[in-house]
Amino acid sequence: MTANDAGSATPPMAAGRGRRVARWLHARPRAQLRLLLLSPLAWIAIVYLGSLVVLLLNAFWAKDAFTGKVDPFHWTLKAFEEIIGNPVYRTIALRTVGIAVLVTLTDALLAFPIAYYMARVASPRKRGALIVAVLLPLWAAYLVKTYAWRTILQGNGFLAWVLSPLGIAGPGLDKLPNAWLVLSYLWLPYMIVPIYAGLERIPNSLLEASSDLGARAGTTFRRVILPLVVPSLVAGSIFTFSLSLGDYIVPDLVANAKFIGNVIYDNSALGNFPVAAAYSMLPIVVMVAYLLVARRLGAFESL
Amino acid sequence: MVESGWVRSVLRIAAGLVIGFLYLPLVILAIYAFNESRLMTWPPPGLTLHWFGEAAANPAIRDAFLNSMLAATTATAIALVLGTLAALAVQRYAFFGRDTISFMLVLPIALPGVITGIALQTTFKTLGVNLGLITIIVGHATFCVVVAYNNVVARLRRLSRTPEEASADLGADTWMTFRRITLPGLRTAMLSGALLAFALSFDEIIVTLFTAGAGTQTIPIWIFTAIQRPTELPVVNVVALVLMAVSVIPVYLAQRIGGETAGIVR
Repeated sequence: MTANDAGSATPPMAAGRGRRVARWLHARPRAQLRLLLLSPLAWIAIVYLGSLVVLLLNAFWAKDAFTGKVDPFHWTLKAFEEIIGNPVYRTIALRTVGIAVLVTLTDALLAFPIAYYMARVASPRKRGALIVAVLLPLWAAYLVKTYAWRTILQGNGFLAWVLSPLGIAGPGLDKLPNAWLVLSYLWLPYMIVPIYAGLERIPNSLLEASSDLGARAGTTFRRVILPLVVPSLVAGSIFTFSLSLGDYIVPDLVANAKFIGNVIYDNSALGNFPVAAAYSMLPIVVMVAYLLVARRLGAFESL
Repeated sequence: MVESGWVRSVLRIAAGLVIGFLYLPLVILAIYAFNESRLMTWPPPGLTLHWFGEAAANPAIRDAFLNSMLAATTATAIALVLGTLAALAVQRYAFFGRDTISFMLVLPIALPGVITGIALQTTFKTLGVNLGLITIIVGHATFCVVVAYNNVVARLRRLSRTPEEASADLGADTWMTFRRITLPGLRTAMLSGALLAFALSFDEIIVTLFTAGAGTQTIPIWIFTAIQRPTELPVVNVVALVLMAVSVIPVYLAQRIGGETAGIVR
């Protein structure tokens, strides 16, 4: 409040100039718009889109054989040849996409019942509490959650303790299914929220109409509810899939496995930017294709 | 359609199990922070506050904490200004390319973080920019813009334009109307956007590892490197608990203040 009122205390000179600018702007909405858009557009276009372009260029640049440095504007397809020629890169790509698909399916299965409960069964008070309970872990401390799973999954950790009465050993930190479990855990709220929102939008009258027309609960669910939440499901899957596709911390910390992100990170750490850049094209192409399909399925309206 | 009692109880149990699943790791980690033993064996043999003192006395942690605070505050400030300006433009004016602009703002979080990270790092290296706190801030601000933008856009959509028109009719100029009418209406949305951006920046690691360079540590980077050293784990537990608190509390506050953040787009 006070900060806003302080403006009236500016010296008369400045106020006079401010007034003149304001009067000039008042009649010119186009100029107002340009002023508003100038800095955010410049930032995103130069910093973000600009770096994507530099990344793309690096994929086609050569590396100096002696210094090991990237040689700008020295065009070559070497990086792509290296990626295509090495079967390890293919295995890693398939492993990453496979886990990302599994994580997405797992999250859809886990998210649906709780989202349904929140949207159609819980009392308004309980619903509010559940939304906060789901949103807090969504926003908070990705690394802490991953680290927590590391302590749970390690040889003498919580899971080993729970399983020991059954005579089963703990999983240890070098199993690929760990990555599936932890990624499913991390991105689950991203699936719950859109499915909940989608279910909540379905008007009750639609369901009453269905039952008036003689459909039993199961039929109404299959023929009315499910088709109506497909866009929300796809919207949630954009996050679960994209976030799994790009992760390199989780596979490293809980599964001791290499994902697409690890290849990019390891190559960049070695200064091998052309290979890192060329391999980055893979998740970009996969995600763009995914987004195009998602848009056709109407997911963008449910984001 | 009314769900049968049987279906309702199954759903209630399923919801309870999912909430338990979401919070179990956080609870376990919180308990480990008070672990008496240096070993990470479960269950902890006893509880102590000893490691909190050790974490507070560690200069590397203090430096990392200051860096994280500085990066998150600056990135939030930049993102708040850029996001609010973009929101005002997109929501208050009709112009060609409006949809493209909102799409461009979402892109840094729609594409995997590793892409943002490698793209920024490659660009900094190509241009000969030294990696450090400044490059961390540039990266964080880029993906935080959309958070501020989303909150302000949601509020602008709900705010009526009549008070602004009335203000203009009463002779207030563009500045005064903005300062006295528009800005106060946006204040809580901006605050909750800023809190979320702060939380997002404070615990970010996927992009930060690419933009930090060798010499600069933030709290997440400190944890990431210390995890590899078993003797440091008791202190890592404490720092992890603090990091969790620093990122959860702003989100909780943002929920209470803004209430606009029902959307998922972070």
